[in-house]
Amino acid sequence: MLLRAAWRRAAVAVTAATGPKAAAPTRGLRLRVRDCAPRSAVPADTAAAPEAGPVLRPLYMDVQATTPLDPRVLDAMLPYLVNYYGNPHSRTHAYGWESEAAMERARQQVASLIGADPREIIFTSGATESNNIAIKELEAAIQPDTSLVSIMTVNNEIGVKQPIAEIGQICSSRKVYFHTDAAQAVGKIPLDVNDMKIDLMSISGHKIYGPKGVGAVYIRRRPRVRVEALQSGGGQERGMRSGTVPTPLVVGLGAACEVAQQEMEYDHKRISKLAERLIQNIMKSLPDVVMNGDPKHHYPGCINLSFAYVEGESLLMALKDVALSSGSACTSASLEPSYVLRAIGTDEDLAHSSIRFGIGRFTTEEEVDYTVEKCIQHVKRLREMSPLWEMVQDGIDLKSIKWTQH
Amino acid sequence: MASSSRAQVLDLYRAMLRESKRFSAYNYRTYAVRRIRDAFRENKNVKDPVEIQTLVNKAKRDLGIIRRQVHIGQLYSTDKLIIENRDMPRT
Repeated sequence: MLLRAAWRRAAVAVTAATGPKAAAPTRGLRLRVRDCAPRSAVPADTAAAPEAGPVLRPLYMDVQATTPLDPRVLDAMLPYLVNYYGNPHSRTHAYGWESEAAMERARQQVASLIGADPREIIFTSGATESNNIAIKELEAAIQPDTSLVSIMTVNNEIGVKQPIAEIGQICSSRKVYFHTDAAQAVGKIPLDVNDMKIDLMSISGHKIYGPKGVGAVYIRRRPRVRVEALQSGGGQERGMRSGTVPTPLVVGLGAACEVAQQEMEYDHKRISKLAERLIQNIMKSLPDVVMNGDPKHHYPGCINLSFAYVEGESLLMALKDVALSSGSACTSASLEPSYVLRAIGTDEDLAHSSIRFGIGRFTTEEEVDYTVEKCIQHVKRLREMSPLWEMVQDGIDLKSIKWTQH
Repeated sequence: MASSSRAQVLDLYRAMLRESKRFSAYNYRTYAVRRIRDAFRENKNVKDPVEIQTLVNKAKRDLGIIRRQVHIGQLYSTDKLIIENRDMPRT
């Protein structure tokens, strides 16, 4: 979260008044002072400040990359960042006991969301670590016929829901371990590890309006799934993940899970309506728009659209007032089109023009409408500039063109 | 404590909405107002006094959360979103 400061203006104004040019803005933490509490250090003449005017922040439509903290989660965490700072593994005093109690309460909250027993939840630093622990299990079990199936519950790029219950059924009947990376699914669609016969599950805090830097791995106890510890040390978390458990973070994860359980139905209904609105309004105003991913098995909050004859990166840059992504954040630095889109058979040119719209708990109808409006405006503009589009309008079939080699 | 009367529930509703409108972050503000309205509307026909009291107690706790989080949000507030200048309504 970027923090701006009214007293940066003040500092700038003061240095402008006293010395030469104001220093370039630093990237340090800056707090905004409430306008109703005027400080004597601030010169009354704010026109002296060389700031260009208020900077307006873009709308956030990239919830698959990360989510804001729910205020209820922050409220649960803060006491453990202020006064209840004990190490949960300290056995000899109240600070330790209260921290441990909070950790175990959080564990119960996570377990309850997925139908698990708290003893089956190990806290980690995030879904990536959980995935590594689960996959390493494959190497730990030496029998030649042991194997592991690992599936994402909800894909983070196109939002497709995998048939987890069916896969779980197959794995269980073939005595094969079943792991699922549920980072995008936990708290958004109902999950039950017993109904779906899941043996291992990865959970991410910051995808469900919880804090970053924490997650959990669910490891089935009956029948026992053996995992090998990635991180060894003091033996915390039943020896499966040594290191002091970060109480404030796990309290946040637990609170996020509890809130998710309460809000799942309400959120799902609202997000579905907003998603429908976004897709319908874009598609009725723009031709040649393709939604990637099976529409029947789809989580509504993750919408991946390809706009033919428009380059995805240009559209993203054009939509500068909306925070969007064209695919997986983990591959966003490279220019390669998404491997997911390639895998579902999307044409190269359409894969390059895909944008992912994320709708979450805090997304409003106004934000959706603004995004739709800007998207339509810029797609039209970019298509006007596109020679390919011109050729299509003239009736030329692009697939029939023989492009000359240089 | 005597079971909550209609007036008390309405007072609580108004207090929660009033406090929620003070969130400085657009997304939190709109969510809180919307969620409170929808929750009270959804439960408006509950008759069982025990259930009503449970709901009221939860609402009071939530009001406390909103008060604290509004305050924290104001301490760390930042620039408005691009759409906040265009429309005035708070929902």
